[in-house]
Amino acid sequence: MTPKTKKSEEEFKRPDGRKVDETRPISAKVGVIPNADGSAMFSFGDTIAIAAVYGPKKMHPQHLQDPEKGTLRCNYNMLSFSVTERIKPGPSRRSTEISKITEWALEPVLMIDKYVNSVIDVHVHILQANASTRCAGINAAALALAHAGIPMKNLVSSVSIGKLDKQLVVDLNKKEEDWEEGEGATDIPVSLTPDGKITHIQLDGKISSKQLKEAVALAKEACKEIYKIQKNALKNSLGGK
Amino acid sequence: MTTENTSRKIVIPGEVIVEGGEYLPGEGTEKRGNSIVSLIYGLEEISNNLVKIIPLSGTYQPRRGNVVIGKVENVTFSGWVIDIETAESAFLPLIEVPRYVNKDALDEVMTVGDIVAAKIWNMNKRGIDLSIKSRGLGKIDDGLIIRINSNKVPRVIGKEGSMIKIIKDKTNCNITVGQNGLIWIKGEKIEDELFAKEAVLFVAENSFIFGLTEELTKWLDKNKK
Repeated sequence: MTPKTKKSEEEFKRPDGRKVDETRPISAKVGVIPNADGSAMFSFGDTIAIAAVYGPKKMHPQHLQDPEKGTLRCNYNMLSFSVTERIKPGPSRRSTEISKITEWALEPVLMIDKYVNSVIDVHVHILQANASTRCAGINAAALALAHAGIPMKNLVSSVSIGKLDKQLVVDLNKKEEDWEEGEGATDIPVSLTPDGKITHIQLDGKISSKQLKEAVALAKEACKEIYKIQKNALKNSLGGK
Repeated sequence: MTTENTSRKIVIPGEVIVEGGEYLPGEGTEKRGNSIVSLIYGLEEISNNLVKIIPLSGTYQPRRGNVVIGKVENVTFSGWVIDIETAESAFLPLIEVPRYVNKDALDEVMTVGDIVAAKIWNMNKRGIDLSIKSRGLGKIDDGLIIRINSNKVPRVIGKEGSMIKIIKDKTNCNITVGQNGLIWIKGEKIEDELFAKEAVLFVAENSFIFGLTEELTKWLDKNKK
């Protein structure tokens, strides 16, 4: 694969006119669900995710209890009106996978060993979807867990990197995800801690190992920005429930 | 709570609070290399080189010595299982009850659904052990139980009990504040109890106001019938 020159990067036009390393406008807020022990909202442009945390509470049924450490249980759900074509409510193959992915992305930073026989429930709902929903979900869930007072080594920030034909771009939207020119689109959601450790990476498509390294570097840069917004959301929340 | 400096900073998990080898990590913090890092979301507090975090949100975390209010969940042959609104339920063993109990009829003393004020005297991997061997603890028969967020309990109690003392004096009620957020109010008249309830809820709702003690006194004088 021919490496892209500086000139062609500048020439590359994204459908919504963004720069290749520019995310959509991001906003984050904590404490959006008063009933929950912790909650947060996170959005990438039109993609909006809300997360609610309940617990730690006793795990039921009893045979699922783990006497060695606490359990994290995530539940990702896309609301039926989140996309133009109504989606059938309830669990699906896709949502089950993303629920598990969210757990795996967050587990490395959680310090829940002392909550034996207990479970922490994280409910992630996508209010509006325009690609990158799992990343918005992970970002919201990380914020909600922190807001619930769960001990964590660090926060987690997540962003999707895309390869449109041969060009790497940050934070895909729906139009870009369905890219058909040239080599088509490759979607790489990455979750990182602020010190640059990867907690989750997925790859849907084809990419050279050299370019994958570039993609991770790009994700690290973008996550710095996301972390800053997550941090501000927590700091400006006044702490009330 | 010490208040040598009122402008305490909100910290988030993973944030470096202070750097330097002389600091010690307290509750909610961890030492990483030469710096103290926060593990939870809350307010930082540094006193005599000890760094700790006061949580702002989340569920109640039981601690040894806490007075809590709970509900009897089950009666076993050796004691009572009590729900104190934590992930693990607590156990009140027979020997921690300072009166004669007929071992064949534990439910004559307390039965499922009864409310009890107790103290956490031990915590281990197996669970939480309670005791009612102190003054003011035991089964609650009358009065009013209200629930507030457990993170607001320190504010309701106030510095060395100053806040709750004002409410007690002005409403002529006896108030027991459980650290788990359940509060028992007992007064002579139901009107007094309801007034005390309003006062406690006022403090809980306005817990972030600066100079709350004065505000509470004003509020009590205004609303007193």
